[in-house]
Amino acid sequence: MIARLAREKRGIEVVGHGALRNTGRVAKADVVLTTSGLKGVTLYEPTELVMSARSGTPVYEIEAILAARGQMLSFEPVDLGPATGAPGGALSIGGVFATNFSGSRRISAGSARDNLLGVRAVNGRGELFKSGGRVMKNVAGLDVARGLTGSWGTLAVMTEVTFKVAPLPQTMQTLAFVGLPDDLAIEALNIAMATPLEISGAVHLPKNCVDRLKVPKLKGVGQSLTLLRLETFATSIDERREKLKAALKVYGKPIELDAEDTFSLWSEFRTLSMMPFSTETSLWRISTLPTKAPEIVAAIQKFMDVVAFYDWSGALVWLEVPAAADAGAADVRRAVAVRGGHATLIRAEPEIRNSVEVFEPLKPEIERLTRGIKSAFDPSGLLNRGRMYANF
Amino acid sequence: MPHIELPEPDVGVLRRLPILIEGLKSRVGQDLLIVDEDGRRAYETDAFTAYRRVPMLVVLPRTTEEVSKILKYCHENDVKVIPRGAGTSLCGGSLPTEDAIVLCISKMNRVIEIDYANRLARLEAGITNLQITAEVAAGGFFYAPDPSSQLACTLAGNLAMNSGGAHCLKYGVTTHNVLGVKMVLIDGTVVEIGGSALERNGYDLLSLVIGSEGQLGVITEATVKLVPAPEGARPMMIGFRSPEAAGSCVSAIIAAGIIPVAIEYMDHAAIEVCEAFAGAGYPLDAEALLIVEVEGSEAEIGILLGRIAEIAARFDPKTVQISADAEQSARIWAGRKAAFGAIGRISDYLCMDGTIPLAQLPHALTRISQICAEYGLKVANIFHAGDGNLHPLILYDANSPEEAERAELAGETILKLCVELGGCLTGEHGVGIEKRELMTTQFSPTDLAVQMRIKTVFDPTWRLNPAKVFPLAITNVMRAGDAASTPEAA
Repeated sequence: MIARLAREKRGIEVVGHGALRNTGRVAKADVVLTTSGLKGVTLYEPTELVMSARSGTPVYEIEAILAARGQMLSFEPVDLGPATGAPGGALSIGGVFATNFSGSRRISAGSARDNLLGVRAVNGRGELFKSGGRVMKNVAGLDVARGLTGSWGTLAVMTEVTFKVAPLPQTMQTLAFVGLPDDLAIEALNIAMATPLEISGAVHLPKNCVDRLKVPKLKGVGQSLTLLRLETFATSIDERREKLKAALKVYGKPIELDAEDTFSLWSEFRTLSMMPFSTETSLWRISTLPTKAPEIVAAIQKFMDVVAFYDWSGALVWLEVPAAADAGAADVRRAVAVRGGHATLIRAEPEIRNSVEVFEPLKPEIERLTRGIKSAFDPSGLLNRGRMYANF
Repeated sequence: MPHIELPEPDVGVLRRLPILIEGLKSRVGQDLLIVDEDGRRAYETDAFTAYRRVPMLVVLPRTTEEVSKILKYCHENDVKVIPRGAGTSLCGGSLPTEDAIVLCISKMNRVIEIDYANRLARLEAGITNLQITAEVAAGGFFYAPDPSSQLACTLAGNLAMNSGGAHCLKYGVTTHNVLGVKMVLIDGTVVEIGGSALERNGYDLLSLVIGSEGQLGVITEATVKLVPAPEGARPMMIGFRSPEAAGSCVSAIIAAGIIPVAIEYMDHAAIEVCEAFAGAGYPLDAEALLIVEVEGSEAEIGILLGRIAEIAARFDPKTVQISADAEQSARIWAGRKAAFGAIGRISDYLCMDGTIPLAQLPHALTRISQICAEYGLKVANIFHAGDGNLHPLILYDANSPEEAERAELAGETILKLCVELGGCLTGEHGVGIEKRELMTTQFSPTDLAVQMRIKTVFDPTWRLNPAKVFPLAITNVMRAGDAASTPEAA
């Protein structure tokens, strides 16, 4: 079908079930191609920790199948639907790899990209190709599969993805340190991450973000919360918790959450429930060094009111800013440029997303390679044209 | 003897050699060049020693700027370049051609920055793998990928091959442990791909670069993740009566939700040779041996190894032995890590590197025995059971050209079998020249065309690391000037 559209040189917008349609730039297209009909798990070997699924398979279906066998997607895909005014629960597994948006456990289990093993896809020439496979290690030829992650459907339409899965943890607990300012909180999180305790979530929520939490036990705390998740065997968890408390003694006495509260709390982060959809605000996603994250947030805060959610021990910041003609791009980009990292505009009115750079602008030599790669896969520029960058 | 074809040298380039030497001297100085034949001969091969070609010139740059000048000069003067680290490739990944310049970055081995707060280190790419861990051990960290050649191999080589190691079941391979690289393109342009942040901006070019076997550019610096060292680690050994029992035991361990840091499998032949070499206490009466290692605190290790022993008991093991102390643990690993060397003492061998789905292990081992028997050769098998990476070591006599060729043919047949069984040609050693022609068994012409177009974006005239990775006939066409067109006919 793409081959035919390619011959006719028709622009194609690639969508799954629409979870990401309000994110990124709006593609210039003549037709919409949906992967929503490409559904179903095609291979699942629990003892080899591997699954293949057609790209339009909803993530919740995959997670249900995995849970029935005591397994999970370790990278905790984030569903941006609710935070961007798109339908919730519509995230497809193809969308997960096309954006490479991973959740809190990325800090220990790696990103979606890290867990991808192989793809089948159709490029803008209409050619069906495969890369990678179903085994954990595969260095035959270029790693095209991982190279497609984060390309937002601009290089190829994935039709089937093969990825690593992991056992569900036997149990989990959370330690919540109360009232730390952002810089001390990030310091505490990174001290925890330097221990061998295999922390599987390291989040800091300033007070205004805590006020939006739903978990009853933390709802009324009224101060910032610095959260560390432990997931392991029941026989280990108490020992690890005590070691973690000892390592972070100077940061105060934490609130302790049991497995059930831990599950509810970290589930909220998977839909960014603290950053609910609103036309009054815009949402940015900033990737940087943990130690730079509080500086970046403080720098932007000088110009506007913000709500920040620090994940990955500070390596990722979700930042809500007041709606503005440029969604705050000038100030956000300047603050990030000085300190290193990159920012992506996630939520804003479509006109704004099409008038400012949604993705961090590329350096000239990287843009040259990027255009070259785009052209190698999609020489006529048919797939999701303009979805990432205005001109290609 | 060996039957892998190497390209004929371009006599035109060889004739221009004196001019090229002068040109490079004027750009980077005489000190970086190795011109004399004895000096150049040291670079004639790598760890795939059956093939040797003395390069026409060797350069040993000390800075990214020098690498840039050298590549720019080669680009402008139509000279092929062989990037090289320590030359430990098992697949001829850094084998020179006679009309090429070897660009060896082993002198670029400095630590640029260690950032414990953000758990990363920035290094020049010529540093050895083990040296990275040595530099950060005092801070309580290590660099996770641990190929068996880690004492000698460079980070640059690891990046080129996307190297793994025994512990990648838990920690991943090179591509999971690198945040960014500084790379020089063939035209001398210096690019930063990735950076220090966890996420990439824009297309994931870093994924394309890692594992590209020197086809896309020359990496001079890299930023790697530092991983906190575990509190402790301890292996256990389980001897089985059959490969089936060992394979089922691995499945049962994983089904129980336990992901050990390593699960290594050795067949009877490998057990015997390694035991004779290392005296590790391997069970000589076992048909298959698993070395399973777990990490954690003393208490956690005890509990986990106890659970694994219980699981193993269901498969009627001949022996179950938990390492008693650090000294025994070291011996258990020394035997495994020395496996290639130990086998090398009794015979020449070809080390294959296919991968297979775990469930296919018993079938694969049976077929591998049959294949080697058909070629009149012996084989020992070592297998990273957790991740499906199989290393059959085919024993042969290198003094017999005829036997060497039989060994290569047996190896090819085994790799084709791996692909048939749902695996791939190479799990961690790379393609190099060795598996170049087999790429068509794993990939369709379109699959290969997709990869080759990417190569063309980075290296439009195909001057970098020629005659590797892709089938020779196709790369010759690409180099002949058709690179800009699409390799549809591949």
